[in-house]
Amino acid sequence: MLRYIQQRLVAAVITLLGITIIVFLMLHMLPGDPARVIAGLLATEEDIIRLRKQLGLDQPLIVQYGHFFGNLLRGDLGISARTSQPVLGEVMARLPATMELAMISTAIASFFGIVGGVIAATRRNSFIDYLTSILTLFGASMPVYWLGLMLIILFAVQWQVLPAAGNEGPLSFILPSLTLAAFSVALITRMTRSSMLEVLGQDYVRTARAKGLQERGVLFRHALKNAFIPVITVIGLQFGTLLGGAVLTESVFGWPGLGLLLLDSISARDYPVVQGVVLVFSTTFILLNVWVDILYAYLDPRIHYA
Amino acid sequence: MRTSIREFTMLNLISQARLERIQRGLDIWRRFLRRRSAVLGLAILLTLIASSIAAPLLTPHDPERQKLSQSLIAPSQQFPLGTDYLGRDMFTRLLYGARWSLAIGFLAVALGLAVGVPLGALSGYYGGWSDLIIQRLADILLSFPGFLLALSLVAILGVGLQNVILSVGVSAIPSFIRLVRGSVLTIRHQMYIEAAHSVGVRDGRIILLHVLPNAMAPVIVQATLNLGTAILVAAGLGFLGLGVQSPTPEWGAMLGEGRSYIFSASYMATFPGIAIFLAVLGFNLMGDGLRDALDPRLRHL
Repeated sequence: MLRYIQQRLVAAVITLLGITIIVFLMLHMLPGDPARVIAGLLATEEDIIRLRKQLGLDQPLIVQYGHFFGNLLRGDLGISARTSQPVLGEVMARLPATMELAMISTAIASFFGIVGGVIAATRRNSFIDYLTSILTLFGASMPVYWLGLMLIILFAVQWQVLPAAGNEGPLSFILPSLTLAAFSVALITRMTRSSMLEVLGQDYVRTARAKGLQERGVLFRHALKNAFIPVITVIGLQFGTLLGGAVLTESVFGWPGLGLLLLDSISARDYPVVQGVVLVFSTTFILLNVWVDILYAYLDPRIHYA
Repeated sequence: MRTSIREFTMLNLISQARLERIQRGLDIWRRFLRRRSAVLGLAILLTLIASSIAAPLLTPHDPERQKLSQSLIAPSQQFPLGTDYLGRDMFTRLLYGARWSLAIGFLAVALGLAVGVPLGALSGYYGGWSDLIIQRLADILLSFPGFLLALSLVAILGVGLQNVILSVGVSAIPSFIRLVRGSVLTIRHQMYIEAAHSVGVRDGRIILLHVLPNAMAPVIVQATLNLGTAILVAAGLGFLGLGVQSPTPEWGAMLGEGRSYIFSASYMATFPGIAIFLAVLGFNLMGDGLRDALDPRLRHL
């Protein structure tokens, strides 16, 4: 177990290093001279030369990466080209809004996904099972941004019961978090259902039934506990995916989180901020994956990792 | 002329193998047709493709010509799905838009396959250093959650048709690497591969003729499901204004345009979304059906 954790951590560190290289290279993969791109159209030749020096763009690539990486370790993500503020501060100011949204959505998705999955599995081939599979299929096929717009049209324009955009007060959470949760609900329901069905076919469940345990006892005391293991990993991974999916949802609802910051920075060609946001998103995602892997190994002692 | 016994058996074996292959193909097709949902998926997709090809016959309007005197007309007899803010018929634009959205999906997945399958095969077959490097590369690509990889790539490459295909295609690569590697790992140790080795067949030939054909079933299923995902991602980029640019009638971009009119002309956002939904639903249904038909053991995909 300890060796497995070690291996996972080493792999994660290598991946993180790879991410920093890719994010670093982003600036150099831009068509044209990065200094000119950052300086903007109105910059004079001197401005560009000064900027090139200031950003260290006149040095060899490997030296530049060394600087970039050294700064990262000190928590320095560079300076925003748009606001001239440190990128780290801008990112951290936006992070809570995205985290709140992702957490509430994960909670909603987990609740409905698990309840739906368990009901569908215990009443296999019933009308409810059928309905659940249709709904999950729809959830997985729907563009989330479209669902968001439809919810706005219904609840904010037609019935005017919920705000269409922004995040003021608890009511404003409802539409964005439902939108963001839609896709994950589908996935979690599917996973819960198939995992439940597998467990319900096991010998120990038959034994529990054979010794006369009530169906509720079989379900809650014996089946659910083991069926949850793969479901928990899916939920963990979905949380990471939700962070990425938040970009579209935040755009639809004007939600002032990291995703919106990323989009604004892309259209303003504020590449230091783009780099910072991408770095924060992928680092969070990697750490989450490692955590889920370790949790999985811990929860399921049957699995031996070499 | 006398045929030697050896030649005779060889010929017989070959024709029998061919017969068996045809038989297996028919079995798969029959199993596919037995699932009503899979047939529904195929029907949705065929309808979309056919109507996008026949678009000039199905509608008298031009998808791109503006007619400001007819702007924002709600759905009516003349314009079944209404007109947009530039007076273009929505139904016409959706029909022509299917060409763009579906083509982007197909090309992006083709790119993902073209890069991902060979890398996955090499990684699984040879193991060792190449495996390690390719796997770390896949790890890195997979650590951009969901939509973020395509978005970051477009941020660097810029907007436009080519860059959208490239971005969506690249983000499809790692899943194919993983999938093919996994299948190849199990196939590599099969008896028939060892047999091919022992009679001196070269590695390249073994991979192409013996390993890959047997690893294809899950790849076909994944590619079908990925077509849906690719269309969703490409439309998402279009929605954000980072995809195919106006006046091209791409579904995502149309949805993005409709977004400014949700208070006055909500149909402008409603119908492009339904079109995207139908296409993705079609590929999802078909992928599920193919999975059951090709190999019932692949249920977990």
